[in-house]
Amino acid sequence: MKLSLRWLAEYVDLRLPPEELAHRLTMAGVEVEAIEKIAGDWDHVVVGRVQALAPHPNADRLRLATVDVGASEPFTVVCGAPNIAVGQAVAFAHEGARLVDARSGSFRVLKRSNIRGVESAGMVCSDRELGISDAHEGIKVLSEAAAVGTPLAAAIGDTIFDFSLTPNRADLFSALGIAREVAALTAGNVREPERGDTVGELPPEGSISVAIEAPDLCPRYVATLVRGVTVAPSPPWLQARLEASGSRPINNVVDITNYVMLEFGQPLHAFDFDKLRGGRIIVRRARADEHVTLIDGSGHALRTDDLVIADAEEAVAVAGVMGDALSEVSDDTSTVLLESATFNGPSIRRTAAALKLRTEASTRFEKGLTPELALEASRRATRLFVEVCGGTVAGVVDAYPQPRDPVSITLTHERLARVLGSELPPEQVVTPLEALGFTVDLLPDGYAVTAPYWRSDVRIADDVVEEIARIVGYDRLPSAPLQGAVPDPDPQPLRDTGARVRDAFAAAGLVETINYSLVSIDAITSVQALATITDRPPLAVRNPMSEERNVLRTTLRPGLLESFATNRRRQRRAIALFEIGRVFHPRPDDLPHERTFALALLGGVGPKAAVHEGSGSAADLDFFEAKAIAQSVAAALRLVFTYEAAEDPALYTGRAARVLVGGAAIGCIGQVAPAVAARFEIEEPIYLIELDVDALTQVIAERGPLEFTPPSRFPAVVEDLAVVVDEAVPAADVERLIARSRLVERVELFDLYRGAPIPAGKKSLAFSIDYRAPDRTLTDGDVAKARKGVSKRLERELGATIRDA
Amino acid sequence: MEERLYGDHRMDDIDLAAVERRALDELAAACDSAAAAAWRARYLGKKGEVTQLLRGVGALPADQRKQAGQTANRLRALLQEAFDRRRAVLEAFSSAPSAAIDVTLPARPHRQGHLHPITLTLREIERAFRDMGFAVVEGPQVEWDEYNFERLRIPADHPARDMWDTLWIDYERDGRYPMLLRTHTSPMQIRYIERHRPPIRVIVPGTCYRYEATDATHEWMLTQVEGLVIDEGISFAHLKGTLEAFVHRLFGPDVEARFRCDYFPFVEPGAEVAIRWRDGRWIELLGAGMVHPEILAAAGYDSARYTGFAFGIGVERTAMLRYGIDDIRYFYNNALGFLEQF
Repeated sequence: MKLSLRWLAEYVDLRLPPEELAHRLTMAGVEVEAIEKIAGDWDHVVVGRVQALAPHPNADRLRLATVDVGASEPFTVVCGAPNIAVGQAVAFAHEGARLVDARSGSFRVLKRSNIRGVESAGMVCSDRELGISDAHEGIKVLSEAAAVGTPLAAAIGDTIFDFSLTPNRADLFSALGIAREVAALTAGNVREPERGDTVGELPPEGSISVAIEAPDLCPRYVATLVRGVTVAPSPPWLQARLEASGSRPINNVVDITNYVMLEFGQPLHAFDFDKLRGGRIIVRRARADEHVTLIDGSGHALRTDDLVIADAEEAVAVAGVMGDALSEVSDDTSTVLLESATFNGPSIRRTAAALKLRTEASTRFEKGLTPELALEASRRATRLFVEVCGGTVAGVVDAYPQPRDPVSITLTHERLARVLGSELPPEQVVTPLEALGFTVDLLPDGYAVTAPYWRSDVRIADDVVEEIARIVGYDRLPSAPLQGAVPDPDPQPLRDTGARVRDAFAAAGLVETINYSLVSIDAITSVQALATITDRPPLAVRNPMSEERNVLRTTLRPGLLESFATNRRRQRRAIALFEIGRVFHPRPDDLPHERTFALALLGGVGPKAAVHEGSGSAADLDFFEAKAIAQSVAAALRLVFTYEAAEDPALYTGRAARVLVGGAAIGCIGQVAPAVAARFEIEEPIYLIELDVDALTQVIAERGPLEFTPPSRFPAVVEDLAVVVDEAVPAADVERLIARSRLVERVELFDLYRGAPIPAGKKSLAFSIDYRAPDRTLTDGDVAKARKGVSKRLERELGATIRDA
Repeated sequence: MEERLYGDHRMDDIDLAAVERRALDELAAACDSAAAAAWRARYLGKKGEVTQLLRGVGALPADQRKQAGQTANRLRALLQEAFDRRRAVLEAFSSAPSAAIDVTLPARPHRQGHLHPITLTLREIERAFRDMGFAVVEGPQVEWDEYNFERLRIPADHPARDMWDTLWIDYERDGRYPMLLRTHTSPMQIRYIERHRPPIRVIVPGTCYRYEATDATHEWMLTQVEGLVIDEGISFAHLKGTLEAFVHRLFGPDVEARFRCDYFPFVEPGAEVAIRWRDGRWIELLGAGMVHPEILAAAGYDSARYTGFAFGIGVERTAMLRYGIDDIRYFYNNALGFLEQF
């Protein structure tokens, strides 16, 4: 909300510089988001008054304006603006003034010039020329009150506060509301704007009736009838106020309703009374199939829980949102029915949202206005109607079926100290509250507080505590370290596993990414089996921001593939990325099952540095590098991963493995299928490691805490063993059989050989084996026996032969 | 003192052992040929310590002479051998063809891993609060309207809903759409108090989502750390003290924290905390407030006895300030040029 300080100054003395005032307001919860200065380099620009207009001798569209600028002689200048009129106060620029050139937008210094044969020593300026706004349809018309000859800066210079207000403070969406805050914060007093007579002093209007048929949605409806109104443009001061607040002037009647809304925060509506059938106002819910065409020309079908204002026949306004076109005030209107009512906030908000019509009125009503405000605002508007539109008040109907009691709150000393952590002396409680319009009575154990009529947000003692605290200033309240009992620990094994996997991946040289949780269904389809997706479709977003991000990911794969591809476009180096994040598996009629996964992707060729004598180049990122990384994760978790060939829709068949701990599958590893990579515009072999962090957490829990085994003090016997097996036999099977021997401490495959003298279809696997016993030095006999057992098992179970055994 | 010992002819094995130890230590410390030569002169030269010692043997009584002579000779042989070995090592170094290496050659290639700046910042935040006795838990990212809004005192059609533009899940029940992507971590306040009793001291890090167009300062996916403290005697002063400690821990003891009034429906009084940045601007860092008594009462707590405070920290904002990142879009773009700086 924008508010001019010139306007604000009418209600309260502004004793602080704007920046300081903005700071105080902001600290108290009334945030000034921006400060705008209406000012320019207005040297040589003064207030002038148009004394006479004459046609230009040589140009139809130009006129000669004689302008009094307070000097001994008036100036006559050429003017092309259609809106210039005798009697107007205008901004007059003398020679030498620095103005904005209306065409180029850049500054130029005004010089005496000859326009179509007429000498012109000065100029009547538009908003654009003054640098105030882009408006250039006509000259800027100043308030009639502006004194001729006054420098323009003194006459209209202003500062505008742009507020970012919180939705609890309906009262602040008004000049008066802000003025009350300023007064409370600067020990000032509010000057209330003048109102018209109260209801009892006016004749009840016999020719109108107000019926509230939906009192739950409309607690109060004040209808005031004003006769003899002359509809015309508003006086300049009123137009200036509206413009400074970002509102467009329309005519005096509509402008007054808008002005009072900006001043009091109470939206008003003016009906052309002669167009209300039956002279009746009925506040009711819309009928089924009721339609309305609003002032902005839009047509709407209403729902039966929308509140409408109707005449004897049909809806003439959507309550709190907008009036209809038929009953709108026009130039011919002479009798106005002014509505000032209180509507149920949520109802107005629902209707405005359904009609997609959020108006200045509806955004104020939805925050909850008080019934008292409706009467105050109507009195203010009536007064202005009489002053500005020349009307007379013919009568008023105040429908207020169930007047509410003022909210009285007890705030004990105990509660105040409990919430703030310190005692406050009574004057620090009473002064701020009274400055804000609260009434405060002292009680033996605290205060009896009554909120002012305009505050709908203060209901409980803690609300009052906040009022005190924010005026005293949060910065002046005490601060203390936490004390007292520390709660019992709340272990989070899943988080711990995630953190350990994350550290292990980073230690293995991978770069962590965080990808969006929303992806496209198409991206998921490309990396998961179709059956999985059709069985349990991913959760979709009802209002997605784009088609690319419209379902919740059920796998981390698409996001990381996209990140890989994006980086590949930027660089040629090897890329190794990972992510640890949630995926969302839908469950019927429940929140999805959120599972944590870890995914790594790597590909590309490592740098081939040949500058180090005797050292190899970095390994290319391939399947076995991926496996090495998986192994380092296993080591970090103190788990043993085993691998068996497996299939996965996203992986290259024959280059994919399931990762297990004991018998439990905890992930997979493999080369991404070329077609899948291509879908993400990746045209190189890339490798994937996927670990189910929930499953890992489970196996860690089942394993229990680590237990120490003393290392053997006895020497190992190290031997090599070459085993010839069929091609199809996985190396891991051979290794597992060797390791089964009680004396085998370590098995390591160090050579894989195919070719003569090994028969075709077979391969030779050479293992280095450590034999060791925990309790004694092994004899040659022990080792020979163990070796024989291993050989026999290999022969029996795998059909292996032992070379050179 | 040694002079006296030898002069008195009180030479025995213990003395020699000490000489041996000292000599070998000194030899090990000799790192070039010159130092080694000096050592040799000191112990084995004509006037060397061991040579002198051997000479002294003749002065001993006859019955001790033989044994002492053998011992001293053994020592001389041992030291000579050690010297030869040491000299060989030193010569090998000094005469190796590539004695000097180009120390500016690149390191052997080695992939360098990196943690995401959000992870690093989250860990810092967690450490700060763990040190103050907070537990760390997580909650669901897909939530019910009930937890994300209603039970936080933000009913349907409440104007405060505008503070959180929401991504809704396409799941209809009874004509309504009750499921959403959580817009903040605050629903965990409700979930936590449902299952725990005071004292409560917990933070909840997590990802949140907003229906929001992306620009340099706005992202539709964001990370928050929710905090909740409930106990008897917890006041606004503790809120200030705790969050000041947090600010000082993350940004340095000289960085000022400013508390101003703000509104969140689930706290009363409500506050916003900003820090004064290097350029003098105040930058909003987190929202906070005293837990609304109606929320405590709804969880079955005696709200006259128990009070508490809650807060929500913007992690991206924290990371941006800590590292001087000027555009929030870097975080989820995952460009290596960005990620490799952390």
